[in-house]
Amino acid sequence: MNHAGIRVAPVAKACVDPAIAFDGVRLDLGGRRVIDSLSFDVAPGEFACVVGPSGCGKTTLLRLVSGLLAPSTGEVRRFGATVKGPSCDVAIVFQDYGRALLPWRTATGNIALALEAIGLSRRERTARVGALLEKVGLAGHGDKYPAQLSGGMQQRVQIARCLAQEPRVLLMDEPFGALDALTRQALQDEIARLVKDSGATTLFVTHDLDEAIYLGDRVFALDANPGRLADVIDVDLPRPRHQLITREQPEFLRLRHVLFDHVQKTH
Amino acid sequence: MRATGIQSDGLALPSQIATALCDLVADGEIYLRSVETVAPIAIGVLTGGTLGLLVGVWLGLSKTAAQLAWLSIELFRPIPPVAIIPLTMLVYGIGIRMEAAIIGFACFWPMLLLTRDAVTSVDVRLFEVARMLGLPRRKQIVKIALPAAAPRVFTALRLTLGIALIVAVTTEIAANPFGLGYAIISAGLSLRPDVMYAFLIWLAILGWLLNVGLTHLHRRLFGATAGEASS
Repeated sequence: MNHAGIRVAPVAKACVDPAIAFDGVRLDLGGRRVIDSLSFDVAPGEFACVVGPSGCGKTTLLRLVSGLLAPSTGEVRRFGATVKGPSCDVAIVFQDYGRALLPWRTATGNIALALEAIGLSRRERTARVGALLEKVGLAGHGDKYPAQLSGGMQQRVQIARCLAQEPRVLLMDEPFGALDALTRQALQDEIARLVKDSGATTLFVTHDLDEAIYLGDRVFALDANPGRLADVIDVDLPRPRHQLITREQPEFLRLRHVLFDHVQKTH
Repeated sequence: MRATGIQSDGLALPSQIATALCDLVADGEIYLRSVETVAPIAIGVLTGGTLGLLVGVWLGLSKTAAQLAWLSIELFRPIPPVAIIPLTMLVYGIGIRMEAAIIGFACFWPMLLLTRDAVTSVDVRLFEVARMLGLPRRKQIVKIALPAAAPRVFTALRLTLGIALIVAVTTEIAANPFGLGYAIISAGLSLRPDVMYAFLIWLAILGWLLNVGLTHLHRRLFGATAGEASS
């Protein structure tokens, strides 16, 4: 696989092993082959996007990285170590924020859950949660329950909870798929900023080609039935990106064509 | 206008019923009878209900335990609680303990089944979140499973209290000479329909108060999570 042109974040220099490595991964679930001979690497600090038709195992791929699922054959590694199960280093933002938040806890309580897991004292938790709420633009909404928040705000709570873990790897499963266009654009820019600040390696699954190009350093295109790697494109667009300017650049449009043709072909 | 010429042992004039109710309140009998009914309900629900709750949580969390317990549950659960009246009389004689035992038996099963279902229907996504955050198993139960199941467990408690009241009054009418049930049947047998209706009305008021109280409590405990403003 061609690794030229990967933009590597500063943290990468200390660490030679790729943040995420798939090595000949195959997964059979319920007698069906979901993923077949999948091999790729994601460098530390890289923002990698995964696109592909439904049924290509995008979500399954994230579950393999998170350790919620184990491959039938092959190996998934994080920073050189084989994935054996979930770890505090890895956070996952689920698409269905409504199901992933605890409805009986306020926004503050939901974010604090991540800190309770690592055994922080109540005082430290309050300070850290306050900072996180501010970071995701929810200052002043900490006392609200998920049911009292809009979809975009609920997703922000989930993102804040993941950031509270201070993960080295951030997995996102179509996190903005259920949001309206404006909220979606605002959150795209925010997640790009938050990820850059945290230095986390990100694997971002989406069905939206524009979103993948807009956010990613690289885009992995998958084929369906069974899920396998079809194409990898490097996104060489300057950062910070801008919703209008970036999307009007010839390079953006060219990449969009490449990806679109690919998806058309496989569909 | 008043209907005249109607004679029945099963009827009483509203004025007579009101007078009977006032007398019962005045001489304190109604409170005594109420306590005799409420006390075994409280003991029965506390013991049987708590036991059912604990076993229900356990069966909800452990698939193996649920499979092993399935046959025993399906064999014992269909026994009508009043069918064990003779057994409890042999063991405890008449009195509060015997009645509490029957109520406890009656409350154990619905509490067990509804709690088990409440726990098994907790969204798996929440457990995935807990695992990703690195919560140990014990914290997963305390911080995720139990609070997620709580609203449905509370509904189970409401249902169980209703069953407890039915079983208590039935036991008192059939066997145990205490409480409101016994007061109703003695009034009926001594041809005092006014007193009987007074006790029935009192029972209705008690049941209604119980339900209003629990509904209010339910809203206070879980209202905000359902999106109601918590003002």
